[in-house]
Amino acid sequence: MPSAPLVSIDDLTVQFRTDRGWSTAVEGVSFDIGDGDCVGVVGESGSGKSVTALSMLRLHARRTARFAGGSVRYDGRDLLRIPESDLRRIRGRDIAMVFQDPMSSLNPVLTICDQISESLRLHQNMSRADARRRAVELLDLVRIADAGRRVDEYPHRLSGGMRQRVMIAIAIACRPRLLIADEPTTALDVTIQAQILELLRDLRAELGMAVMLISHDLGVIAEFARRVIVMYAGRVVEDAPVDVLFRRPLHPYTEGLMASVPAIEGETARLYSIPGRIPDPDEVVAGCRFGPRCGYAEPVCRAAMPDLVAVDGDHRVRCTPRSRAAGAV
Amino acid sequence: MTDLAAGTGPAGPIVSPVLAPRRRFMLLRRLLAHRSFQIGAALVVILTAAAVLAPLITGLDPVAMKVRFRFRPPSAAFPFGTDNFGRDILTRVLYGARVSLWIGLVVTLLSGFLGAAIGMIAAQFRGVDAPLMRVMDALMSFPAILLALGITAALGPRMESVIIALTVAYVPAGVRIVRASALVVRELDYVQAARIAGAGNARIMFRHILPNSVGPLLVHMTFVFAYSILAEAALSFLGVGVPPPTPSWGNIIAEGRDYATEAWWVMLFPGIAISLAALGLNLLGDGLRDVLDPRLKGAG
Repeated sequence: MPSAPLVSIDDLTVQFRTDRGWSTAVEGVSFDIGDGDCVGVVGESGSGKSVTALSMLRLHARRTARFAGGSVRYDGRDLLRIPESDLRRIRGRDIAMVFQDPMSSLNPVLTICDQISESLRLHQNMSRADARRRAVELLDLVRIADAGRRVDEYPHRLSGGMRQRVMIAIAIACRPRLLIADEPTTALDVTIQAQILELLRDLRAELGMAVMLISHDLGVIAEFARRVIVMYAGRVVEDAPVDVLFRRPLHPYTEGLMASVPAIEGETARLYSIPGRIPDPDEVVAGCRFGPRCGYAEPVCRAAMPDLVAVDGDHRVRCTPRSRAAGAV
Repeated sequence: MTDLAAGTGPAGPIVSPVLAPRRRFMLLRRLLAHRSFQIGAALVVILTAAAVLAPLITGLDPVAMKVRFRFRPPSAAFPFGTDNFGRDILTRVLYGARVSLWIGLVVTLLSGFLGAAIGMIAAQFRGVDAPLMRVMDALMSFPAILLALGITAALGPRMESVIIALTVAYVPAGVRIVRASALVVRELDYVQAARIAGAGNARIMFRHILPNSVGPLLVHMTFVFAYSILAEAALSFLGVGVPPPTPSWGNIIAEGRDYATEAWWVMLFPGIAISLAALGLNLLGDGLRDVLDPRLKGAG
């Protein structure tokens, strides 16, 4: 991995306003994304994946969300603290994002050209004609056939897969250094999913940008990411290179996630699922937050929240018994 | 009166894109094929044409008094009869259309514009939302006609005061409608996507939220048009509307009421004009709503 990371998230803690005060959705999240890196973030709903991603660009409503601590360093600056106007220059130009639902991510009253041009004209002061030309190029790049005609159409004429391609074209318009893809394939058919992932992979190589892929689907992550971050209940529980993680998962939650992936070969009578459910952010859980659902829980797990410990170079895990067994601390 | 058919309920505000050029043609085609829109539009066009072409249709002066001809019943010379000053009712109804429709149009445009502006501000700047909406609630808590009556009484009987009064009375409903749909639209992914692309507040408001929030307001405005014609008539009838001798549909009726039993035609014809205008605008609004509201789309 290159020396200085592109984005460095350190001890990020995000809280949301609820009826009963501030509740913590993400706590103490730390990880780096290197230049050109390809990081996958997995976890079930409510694990804090999307909250983490949105926090990196400070996209939460200011009245209902706050950062209780931590920093997101990019280019020597803390994105959580720079003025909004500076942040606007970074959004779309340096860091871009693609969402889950392509059906609602495009403005129905603007043409594809208008929407791709938006960030070009905002960040690069391009003329209308240049922006249009670039929009056609970008549509070609994301492999939309007949780009010259498609560029003037309205979103309702495009299928879900095409809209997601358009979203990707918008995101890469200014050649960002980091693309955050939040469940980009979840709303699509399986065949389209594979095409979109392939497209993202090719674009990453072509443009040399880093990609942070958020998914609840380990299969997608395994296929795409070089490094995997597993999140549970607002915390990072395991962080490892993809081959290490799949060969030797340390955290019982990661193990559970892998056991829940349906196997193609062999008759599985019943799909495994981790018993219990993810705790609410406000729920008081003594010690490890996965403890109540963990088949290996020991008394030490209830005593204190385990730390995220490096066990083997770049493999980190938040599980006291496992990290001890692996020889760390 | 303020509880209009446009559906002010915030439960599921209609979010319909109306300003996209190519889609607009599509909507236009669907509108023109809509039966009640056709009838409504025809009525409105006929009445507007009558108002604009009034001097060509009748050669008479709407305010010239000819006491010799007072209270003539409808006849070939005076198709709608004459009033207590011998003025031709047809002429007065035609010229009255200019005043009544003008008031309706101006009130509709003003209250629509203010409704959109205040509604957008309330939806976008959450800090001023509560105070703004409490003011709107306060205005809405009066019956619109009473509010307008109070304002015109305070400002004096002039056409301008009628316009101001009715605008104030009809703005709050428009604000509620725009705010409700803007609150839905601002949470949609494409607004977030615009923010991610680096767009500022103004750009997001005018380019992304407003065009996607005004559909319901347009429907509402057709009803405001109809209601303000009715309200102008009511205010004139009560003596605080457009002052005589300038004819408006309302004050022709008001002046005719003392002779209703002997000269029924004085009140009848402007009354019919008001009914036709209100009917036409309501039908037009119904058509617009059917085409713009995706939930009611069915027979299409």
